[in-house]
Amino acid sequence: MIEIRNLYKKFGKVEVLKGLDLSIKSGGIFAVLGPNGSGKTTLIKSVLGMVIPNKGDIDIKGDTVLKKHEYRNNINYLPQIANFPSNLSVNELINMVKNLRSKPAADQDFIELFRLQPFLDKKLGNLSGGTKQKVNIVLTFMFDSELIILDEPTTGLDPISLLNLKKIILAERQKGKTILITSHIMSFVEEMANEIVFLLDGKIYFKGTLNAIKEQTKQNDLEHAIAAILIKENV
Amino acid sequence: MFKILKYSFYDLMRSSWSYVYFLFYLALGFVLLFLNNDVAKAVITLMNVIVVLTPLIGTIFGVMYFYNSREFTELLLAQPLKRSTIFIGQYLGVSISLSLSLVIGLGIPFLAYGVLESNDIFNFGSLIAVGAFLTFIFVALAFNIALSNENKIKGFGYAILLWLFLAVIYDGLFLISLVMMQEYPLDKFSLIATMFNPVDLSRILILLKLDISALLGYTGAVFQKFFGTNFGMILSSLVLFIWVLLPTWRIISKSKKKDF
Repeated sequence: MIEIRNLYKKFGKVEVLKGLDLSIKSGGIFAVLGPNGSGKTTLIKSVLGMVIPNKGDIDIKGDTVLKKHEYRNNINYLPQIANFPSNLSVNELINMVKNLRSKPAADQDFIELFRLQPFLDKKLGNLSGGTKQKVNIVLTFMFDSELIILDEPTTGLDPISLLNLKKIILAERQKGKTILITSHIMSFVEEMANEIVFLLDGKIYFKGTLNAIKEQTKQNDLEHAIAAILIKENV
Repeated sequence: MFKILKYSFYDLMRSSWSYVYFLFYLALGFVLLFLNNDVAKAVITLMNVIVVLTPLIGTIFGVMYFYNSREFTELLLAQPLKRSTIFIGQYLGVSISLSLSLVIGLGIPFLAYGVLESNDIFNFGSLIAVGAFLTFIFVALAFNIALSNENKIKGFGYAILLWLFLAVIYDGLFLISLVMMQEYPLDKFSLIATMFNPVDLSRILILLKLDISALLGYTGAVFQKFFGTNFGMILSSLVLFIWVLLPTWRIISKSKKKDF
């Protein structure tokens, strides 16, 4: 599904990605982990074309995506911080995003699921952080796309919404979608992910199943496994 | 591009700033007409306000909108859209909504006064056109500054400096250089120096249109002598057009290389 070869990215003097190679096959949930500043968001944004790499190549389904834009019609992206134009209402925003993509959207199902009906005519500037995140989730999942990228999806959600989110993600996996998630909440990752991609120092340090990373570090849970890697590498 | 334009435009049209700007021009129009009791005189006074104020508002609004809509821009960047579509759409949204505040805000009092029946309709029209031009130019310049500066405070600072330079300091430097080099022939120098400042250019354009030689000043007089009234107006409009196109082109090329 995704092939990344020899990816380099520098911000000013800081080298964030240093020749990263990654191959992600179709179907399943992939958790992208790593300490702060390890390049998780840069990696994701490179795939989305929001960050322009200095060197290297990114292919999705066999075609390079650099300097293209049509391929994003097949990607759903949940950004880390949900901030929208404050003068638009929820309904207008949803309609706008629907308007920008030429494919059917199942927005009503998600609006019902997250009980957003009372907020539909409210302006986005007046919504609470959690409600904005729910709108963000609706915008992300209402399209049927093969690749779904979630950057810290759990931020600000109440327990019921979090359960709903997990249900949605698992349902998407059932449909054979490829899902990339970054998160700092290890219990969430442990529950959801099929595979772990661990970034360290701008490269892939580890890629494999949950069990593999636990075995390799001789730890019983993911949190300690990650901590063990970080202590070993002196980060 | 049209879709982005539409939403940026709606977003801005509903912000209270647009109303404040609109009401300001509305009040200004009525007050000037009431005090002068003469359309031609009101147009001259208005020119002095517009030539300084539209660049200032364009600059501040442009920078503010760009920085405030960063998350919205990121949302759009994740959609299957070209980057040039997104930024040009936003640019046009801001420029058009500001120009509309100007046109409607001043249009209402002048229409109520009966500008349509007077001979000054074309003068008034060119004043509005110049105001719109200046808005487009300075919003584009502001977008350029904001695209090049991640730091909001720096971006704001540079934008205000740019306005201050073109609206005030430039004239001062220009005058000093004219005084200092008075032994030399200065026609060509002053012509070229005027071309590099859209604010001066607009002032001359309106004064040529109004045909008030007393107010033209040195550059205006040189302009008129060199090009004649009609050709001078065409030329200055053309240069204003280039002033819109160049920064717009840079918005496109800069936005293609930027990381978000």
